[in-house]
Amino acid sequence: MAASAAVTANYVLKPPPYPLDALEPHMSKQTLEFHWGKHHRAYVDNLKKQVLGSELEGKALEHIIQNTYNNGDLLPPFNNAAQAWNHEFFWESMKPGGGGKPSGELLALLERDFTSYEKFYDEFNAAAATQFGAGWAWLAYADNKLKVVKTPNAVNPLVLGSFPLLTIDVWEHAYYLDFQNRRPDYIKTFMNNLVSWEAVSSRLEAAKAASA
Amino acid sequence: MSIGVYIIFLSVLAMSLDVGRGKTTMDPCLESMKTASLPDLPYPYDALEPAISEEIMRLHHQKHHQTYVTNYNKALDQLRSALANGDHSSVVKLQSQIKFNGGGHVNHAIFWKNLAPVHEGGGKPPHDPLSSAIDAHFGSLEELMQKMNTEGAAVQGSGWVWFGLDKELKRLVVETTANQDPLVTKGSDLVPLIGIDVWEHAYYPQYKNARAEYLKNIWTVINWKYASDIFEKHNRHLNEV
Repeated sequence: MAASAAVTANYVLKPPPYPLDALEPHMSKQTLEFHWGKHHRAYVDNLKKQVLGSELEGKALEHIIQNTYNNGDLLPPFNNAAQAWNHEFFWESMKPGGGGKPSGELLALLERDFTSYEKFYDEFNAAAATQFGAGWAWLAYADNKLKVVKTPNAVNPLVLGSFPLLTIDVWEHAYYLDFQNRRPDYIKTFMNNLVSWEAVSSRLEAAKAASA
Repeated sequence: MSIGVYIIFLSVLAMSLDVGRGKTTMDPCLESMKTASLPDLPYPYDALEPAISEEIMRLHHQKHHQTYVTNYNKALDQLRSALANGDHSSVVKLQSQIKFNGGGHVNHAIFWKNLAPVHEGGGKPPHDPLSSAIDAHFGSLEELMQKMNTEGAAVQGSGWVWFGLDKELKRLVVETTANQDPLVTKGSDLVPLIGIDVWEHAYYPQYKNARAEYLKNIWTVINWKYASDIFEKHNRHLNEV
């Protein structure tokens, strides 16, 4: 199943769709410089090295992810491939001046599947806060329903059979420079100030079209 | 006092008894269950500089380790209630909280002892019998350190790299564990001699993404004396057979 169409087979380190200082003061330029410039870059570079000369070389990122997940008994390229995908998806899940409550169809769906935006907020918050160790929290779409999912390390909803719509990175490197150990503060800041509901909406449209 | 005030007094008393009603009488053994507490660091927060910054030591000890202790005690409290109520489903459900937070407490309590300021022997290589055992198993101390660095750098996400003793098989091992899993989760006969925290919080403010550099530098403050003492304690027991 195709979810985000954005990630190509060339394993490019795509920059975020805004300057590295554009999310200040909620997410610092320094964080973006390290998180995108070092961590994300390393996943892309290491993936290229890892698949060179193998049958996976040149295959789309999502193909590699699906074929190396191996029901949880991960094959070596999974971590780099999934993390390359997850991080590109993460930058595009945020925007300057983002966050807060969505409107229109998206709000209606959140209210349908979570009872209210506040209940969704609490559930997403809890998932992000209680993922032990490194991982991600997601809003995902499957079987015509929205749901909140949390995953460890590099795992993402693609391998769990659902369409990712929104993500927050809860690896410590995502928030340590700005929030140190205070992950709950980071999550709230993300929800209130960074979420790009436009990105979520367009991903939802793509997911519905792919499911049709 | 007037009858009105007396009625209010009785109502308040009844309400406070209601709150206590949830607790049934239980085995005194459970009631006196000891909770965990944050151990003091055996050295000042800046004592491990420049290998590990004061900022990291403060955050790591006062925030991260303290949070594991707090949440472990919360889980134990819930376990106490679940056991008292015979709520076995909750007992089982609490295991992941206990493993994570209790493991975090256990692992960090060992970690602070695994480290020492340079002027107190941090970084000083081990003596015999541990030294010879290391040479026999790994070739040399440098090769052991190299192995730990390689495996520590390769941990995906959060976890620990361990140098341990298998007291049954009488051999030294290098192992990694995920999240806050203690070394025993890799083998019930494994005893930790040195553990190195490779969670990002252990190095990020100082080293950022450069975990390999953190691993290289931490050896200058590793407390081999602690490892030797544990090793010798187990060797004594083995020799007494």
